[in-house]
Amino acid sequence: MSSDLDVDVWRGDAQGAYRRYQVPRQDAQTVLDVVTWIQRRLDPTLAYRFACRVGMCGSCAMTVNGKARWSCRTHVAKVAQDNRLTIAPLANLPIVRDLVTDMREFFDKWARAKGQFSPTATRRDDFARVVPTSPARMEIDAAIECIGCGICYASCDVVAWNPAYLGPAALNRAWTLINDSRAGDQAVRLAAVAGDAGCHACHTQSTCTERCPKLLSPTASIAGLKRATARAALKGEL
Amino acid sequence: MSARSETMLWIAQRATAALLALCVLVHLATMIVAVRGGLTATEILGRTRGNVGWAMFYGVFVLAVAIHAPIGLRTVAGEWLQWRGHAADACCAAIGVLLLALGGLAVAAVTL
Repeated sequence: MSSDLDVDVWRGDAQGAYRRYQVPRQDAQTVLDVVTWIQRRLDPTLAYRFACRVGMCGSCAMTVNGKARWSCRTHVAKVAQDNRLTIAPLANLPIVRDLVTDMREFFDKWARAKGQFSPTATRRDDFARVVPTSPARMEIDAAIECIGCGICYASCDVVAWNPAYLGPAALNRAWTLINDSRAGDQAVRLAAVAGDAGCHACHTQSTCTERCPKLLSPTASIAGLKRATARAALKGEL
Repeated sequence: MSARSETMLWIAQRATAALLALCVLVHLATMIVAVRGGLTATEILGRTRGNVGWAMFYGVFVLAVAIHAPIGLRTVAGEWLQWRGHAADACCAAIGVLLLALGGLAVAAVTL
């Protein structure tokens, strides 16, 4: 590992440009290591986000060689082509500066999809009994580990074509709540995720599922929402 | 458009897609079988005119197309042309009516 990496990093806002840096290759080097090396050794003005460095917090996602990835768990050896890396901010989100995007719209859409848990019980009620092997709970298990990194959102063509589209992560969150027997406001939630800005806009291209670093399938969650909303519409409950 | 209306459009498009898959297969198979050995327009019309079965089959085919296509065009208009709202909906509905009229005329011409 003696050679240098040629790393093109996006600098500036939407009107910015790539700037090239030379970074020494190291064993077990991650893309986040590369970005951190640039900021600490070459250019302290480089802006980027990270927190946990172990794939839990979802804050370090970037576009690496054209694909959205979590930089802390992406090894350079896996993605570098001819010792070259191109690192850009996530797509489909406004650029604040360098590799930092404005995530407000992404998280506002979680709220618009009724991603908040609204309880039906009070503190005086007994604990809810949720059988771990029940079909609803297993649907939740398959979708609940989302870390909110925005990779699915940045990878989704429908988000690019339809700015109102809630996106895979928000719809995936809504699907976990639709299956939660303790959650209220289900009719409101179904109405929020239906239609042209919701699950019915999904073309099932599955890029979100292919790119999800937690190996979740927002595509399957969205398909579940399509079935649930269709049933509700046919029953006149939507 | 309300969430319920948009969901009903989605259901209508999926249902007609399933119907069209069947209709297209029957249509293609019929064409291949019917022209074996050569057929003239007169022979075809001789078989289809007055045939209630073919009239119903192609009537359903045309109806499914007239429902399916404008819903898809509405999505294409929104995603590729950024054209959404009442005017886009009305234009796509008009295309549906046009397809129904032209298809209906064609079915009538070969079955009545």
